[in-house]
Amino acid sequence: MHIPFCLRKCPYCDFNSYPRSRWSREDRRRYVGAVARELGGIGVSCAPVSLYFGGGTPTTLPPQDLAWLLGLAKDKWNLGEEVEISIEANPDTVDGEVLQELRNAGFNRLSLGVQSLRDRDLAILGRSYDVQTVHRALQDARLAGFTNIGVDLIYGIPGQSPQDWRETLEGALELEVEHISCYSLQVEDHTPMAAAIMRGELALPPEDDWLEMFQMTVEILGKGGYEHYEIANFARPGRQCRHNLLYWKNRWYLGVGAGAHSHWERRRWANVKDPGTYADLVAAGMPAVEDERSLTEGEEMDETAFLGLRLLGGVDLGEYRRRFGRDLGAVYADPIAQLTARGLLEQADGQLRLTTRGLPVANVVFAQFIRD
Amino acid sequence: MDQERIRNFCIIAHIDHGKSTLADRLLQQTHTVSEREMVDQILDQMDLERERGITIKLQAVRLEYAAKDGKTYTLNLIDTPGHVDFSYEVSRSLAACEGALLVIDASQGIEAQTLANLYMALDNDLEIIPVINKIDLPNAEVERVLGELEDTIGFTRDQVILASAKTGQGVEEILEAVVERIPPPRGNLEEPLKALIFDSHYDVYRGAVAYIRVVDGVVKVGDGITMMSSGREFEVTQLGVFRPHMVSVEELGAGEVGCLLASLKDVKDTRVGDTITHTRRPAAEPLPGYRAARPMVYAGLYPVNNEDFEALRTALEKLQLNDAALSFEPETSAALGFGFRCGFLGLLHMEIVQERLERQFDLNLITTAPNVVYRVTTTDGETLVVDNPAAFPSQGSITAIEEPYVDATIIVPSDFAGPVMELCQDRRGTFQTMEYITPERMVIRYSLPLSEILLDFFDRLKSRTRGYASLDYEFRGYQESDLVKLDVLLNGKPVDALSCIVHRSRAQKRGRQLAEKLKEVIPRQLFEVPIQAAIGGKIIARETVRALRKDVLAKCYGGDVTRKRKLLEKQREGKRRMKQFGDVEVPQEAFMAILQVDD
Repeated sequence: MHIPFCLRKCPYCDFNSYPRSRWSREDRRRYVGAVARELGGIGVSCAPVSLYFGGGTPTTLPPQDLAWLLGLAKDKWNLGEEVEISIEANPDTVDGEVLQELRNAGFNRLSLGVQSLRDRDLAILGRSYDVQTVHRALQDARLAGFTNIGVDLIYGIPGQSPQDWRETLEGALELEVEHISCYSLQVEDHTPMAAAIMRGELALPPEDDWLEMFQMTVEILGKGGYEHYEIANFARPGRQCRHNLLYWKNRWYLGVGAGAHSHWERRRWANVKDPGTYADLVAAGMPAVEDERSLTEGEEMDETAFLGLRLLGGVDLGEYRRRFGRDLGAVYADPIAQLTARGLLEQADGQLRLTTRGLPVANVVFAQFIRD
Repeated sequence: MDQERIRNFCIIAHIDHGKSTLADRLLQQTHTVSEREMVDQILDQMDLERERGITIKLQAVRLEYAAKDGKTYTLNLIDTPGHVDFSYEVSRSLAACEGALLVIDASQGIEAQTLANLYMALDNDLEIIPVINKIDLPNAEVERVLGELEDTIGFTRDQVILASAKTGQGVEEILEAVVERIPPPRGNLEEPLKALIFDSHYDVYRGAVAYIRVVDGVVKVGDGITMMSSGREFEVTQLGVFRPHMVSVEELGAGEVGCLLASLKDVKDTRVGDTITHTRRPAAEPLPGYRAARPMVYAGLYPVNNEDFEALRTALEKLQLNDAALSFEPETSAALGFGFRCGFLGLLHMEIVQERLERQFDLNLITTAPNVVYRVTTTDGETLVVDNPAAFPSQGSITAIEEPYVDATIIVPSDFAGPVMELCQDRRGTFQTMEYITPERMVIRYSLPLSEILLDFFDRLKSRTRGYASLDYEFRGYQESDLVKLDVLLNGKPVDALSCIVHRSRAQKRGRQLAEKLKEVIPRQLFEVPIQAAIGGKIIARETVRALRKDVLAKCYGGDVTRKRKLLEKQREGKRRMKQFGDVEVPQEAFMAILQVDD
């Protein structure tokens, strides 16, 4: 469920999100109504294993609205405590009271956008809180009863040294959360940060530093008891994010809200991005889908391969064969041979996976799994 | 047809000086095309030409003009190509005319190309009607251009017509001048047939079509004809004139211009400049000036995917149907596999062929840097003609190397004479003459090795003269030079397709620049790639492409797999354009790197 509002837009972000102030309280309420209506209109029958409120920053909406939306979904599908129900939040959008309301409503996993544990990095990233606020938010979350908490961190920030990143990583271990995502900063075109880099006002860390930070991440979090289970994700045993696993295993999911993406029965589609247009369409009883395409079996196979390879465990060859009736090893024989010879891929225990060497250059590998 | 009522003429103009617009206007004014039919610049048929704004294929259009003297005249407008690569074709189309319109842009003045073609027209005894075009432009400098025409060529002011093809001003005056000043053809209808082929093209349905100017005699449908250069015989199946679409006629007599069809398989049967005569009653002598098309520039064309080799051969054969100047021979490169060594008239010709192969035939190609043809004398006393640097004999077995030289004509504002001469000097040029055409502009003539002109000479010339210089050149002959072969090694292995021939005095510098340039264009691979330049086994420069260490997408984009897929597709597409040498992937640009080395 996509909530496209944030307190403000971060300079590196090109997601479908907007500063909350651009929309009146009334507009935001209308948006929530539209999401509820789209949710209510879903006709397919299914038994969801995960529900994810993402954004944007969902917690820029009043907790009652979020609770109401969750309630609709719970009623629709009879969701119980065994279903992973996540909500994304930024440290400066929650306090003890809000977190308590969310927990009471049934959210059982909190994904906190921390990004760094150094104030200087936070300033460069345009985040509107400091490290102290992060600690307070996590304390509040525990007090509110969240027992499954993940934090997102970013490395490769302009001006960040490997030593700086080590500080954040070591600080992250002290947070004692269940899940840590470490994303490499992606400077997207047409963002203010890209412009600042173009102007020479900011500079990304050199590639050698980046590589050091990547390797350091694997090492420090590994020693701290976190399992590295996806290129950018680490979890305490049994605490992998079930929702993201659905993406990587190329399973089906339905997205509601502006710009939300869905994958269902060999079709992918996305809703219109603009929240106002989205709300208008839904209010008029029209489909809010903007971009829809059916996938050929070949495309589905490619995507299952390259998404699955993001997982450290790799692609389960048996499962792949059951799903498509063909052997992954036979379909991609040439690229697999080539990439294995280069030491980027390996096959073991019925799994095809990236090697340690392959991880930092994963795109080189993935691109080989796109066929004509 | 009464020759007194025929006028054959062409238009000489620099690119962008408005030739096509003027031709369109003449067609309109004489009602050859109606307003409705008018496609802008109707004479430039092919898309590629339209995009590049240059005319490659010449054509002839028949205009019926009711002159002020009350008589109706047949005016044949013969189009000429506008690029130095095609100067032989220009000379043949000039030979088909009695007069020419010399069109000069009022804001630009005379350019080197125009001057070269004008001299060619004067050599052919053509009557020249000077026209200053685009006088409606705010930056028109009519007075200055009038001065240039007076001083350089010796026209008087009253001979010059001021016109604007865009607004139509002066067009009537031009048509009247064509009738009054250009002499009618003076052929003899009774003499044996002599018809000049001034162009040809290949038509999928009709085979090769010859564009002819009948000089003497009459040719009729059903006649048996002979191509005088080859002695090959054919029967005329159709004759036509263009107004502007083809209209069939039964005969074409002395002085007339049209096209001839005769079950000609390809354009090799209709060589530009050749003379057509009757088989039964042949002419004693062909018309003067025929020359077989001679490629000046060679390059290797290789399919990126080896399995496309046969498709490339088929495509080249198809292009050759319509392009007698294109030659190709299969060749093998240790680095690139099977391909063809192709001969071209010049760089533009090469680019056009390359573009057609990629666009019309959807082939993914690697083109090696163009080179000239060398004459190498070996210690055995043998003279080898070498059109591929990779095939150069070893240093020890060479006693002498000759390379082709051209006479280059450069017209430039006098302020830039210094930089132009510096560039020519730097490119091993020998100064010949220099003269003022007006107080502000001058003609500079240099003798230059053709190979130096291939090295981005024109762009350098333009950038050193803020775009003001214009260039024309003509092949002069072979001259001995102290040349050496520069080899390139990637990852320790020699890549023959990257070898080039350079002058010994420049070898060190070019080697260094080439290695640097290759470092820029070869993308980073998963391992370090050393680049070395060597002469006779001695390494003279070394660069390293650093290993790629980071290429990973972090985010999941909230389930937006399509976006991720697009990024990967783009990455894969880039890879597809590259040629694999062992483990190293090399893009097309690498093979052209030698052309872009900075001086």
